[in-house]
Amino acid sequence: MIDWGWIQRNLAMIGSLLAEHVVLSIVPVLAAFVVSIPLGYLVFRTGRFANVVLAVFGVIYSIPSLALFVVMPVILNSKILDPINVAAALTIYSIALLVRSVVDGLRSVPSAVNSSAAAVGFGRTRQLFRVELPLAMPVIFAGLRVVTVSNIALVSVGAVIGIGALGELFTIGLNSGFLTPIYVGLVLSLLLALIADAIILLIQRGSLPWARGRRTA
Amino acid sequence: MGTGTEDGMIWSYLLDPANWTNPDGGILILLAQHIAYTVLSVLVAAVIGIPAGILIGHTGRGRFVGIGLSNAARAIPSLGLLVLVVTLLSNNIGPIIGVLAILALPPILTATAAGVSGADPEAVHAARALGMTGRQIIGKVEWPLALPLVISGLRSATLQVVATATIAAYVSAGGLGRLLISGQATANYPEMFAGAVLVAALAIVLDLVLGLIGWLAARRSSPGRAAEMAFAAGADAGQGDVGARPVSAST
Repeated sequence: MIDWGWIQRNLAMIGSLLAEHVVLSIVPVLAAFVVSIPLGYLVFRTGRFANVVLAVFGVIYSIPSLALFVVMPVILNSKILDPINVAAALTIYSIALLVRSVVDGLRSVPSAVNSSAAAVGFGRTRQLFRVELPLAMPVIFAGLRVVTVSNIALVSVGAVIGIGALGELFTIGLNSGFLTPIYVGLVLSLLLALIADAIILLIQRGSLPWARGRRTA
Repeated sequence: MGTGTEDGMIWSYLLDPANWTNPDGGILILLAQHIAYTVLSVLVAAVIGIPAGILIGHTGRGRFVGIGLSNAARAIPSLGLLVLVVTLLSNNIGPIIGVLAILALPPILTATAAGVSGADPEAVHAARALGMTGRQIIGKVEWPLALPLVISGLRSATLQVVATATIAAYVSAGGLGRLLISGQATANYPEMFAGAVLVAALAIVLDLVLGLIGWLAARRSSPGRAAEMAFAAGADAGQGDVGARPVSAST
């Protein structure tokens, strides 16, 4: 059923597709994480207006990824076959989702906690970094896990327009009616998602000891 | 390959009426195919997912299976699943609808289960105290209270299917994705751009329409609490737990 010989002969190719897959899915998560925390905080601070912004992000999130991949060259003035299109589109999705998590996380901080911090003399900045963000982190991490896992699944869609990382194994299999590359692509993509999810969970456990007992995701 | 943005021609394919009415793969035909794929597969998924979700939500059994399912579903590369099924079976409508329905099932199932199990316990206890049978409790109490969440599950499923149906063109199954594929094959960026714009517009319109229906259902079923629930359903994208407004929307 699985042609192990084919896998052995193509190990180098599979390895480089896997590496490309990791880069195209994880770099957008990191970029989005860096952007979403300040952006999410700004959106949160707008109060009622925040829901409008989140609704707009929701609409962006509903655009199918293939459509976004194809439109990116117009926005970025890039070539159609440039992998930056896939990375940029996934960054947009990741931001659209993570900003929502940041806002939800900040909203979940009880107002009594904030008042107490203010009462003991915390300034606005110290309150944000020492109280609000740490308490919001479990929700943000939950969003991070969702974004990472779905990015890893989405990268292979790029194969339709010629930039698919592991998705290119699906193209090879489809064009030759040969199942082995398809299985390899599916298994590696699922494994990668599983491992990335586990790593984020470990980072969360290690860096947010105060959230260990709380069930967030 | 240039993008064709320089000469401002990217809208040319979309704005040419002949491309809409062409009887061989015109936009109207592809749009109809795309909508047919979407409606059929969401229907199939709903027929299976709603009763199963009610059962899980009402009995409280198998809840972890449901949640695990929706989290795992997010990791499935839809293109890979599609290519696998098409290579194993065929690219006839049956296997394609099957794959789309499989991807649509988890959001419907988990949202239904979450809605039914999340029905106000006081209302459920009151119904039991009035002597309602299990079946009556489901039909008259839990289901109406769950309806807004069920609709939000259908909404996520629809988005997932619209996105994946776009990829169906890659296995020569038609739909709006065909414009992307044939545009790329002939280095016709305006055609690809037309496909992308149409797919995005279809997804956004369906999302807004189903969002509106969900909002109306929430107001009708119980103005206070249910509306709050529907709002929370929209807001819990990051939680990955209930999965009512999930994240697999784009594919």
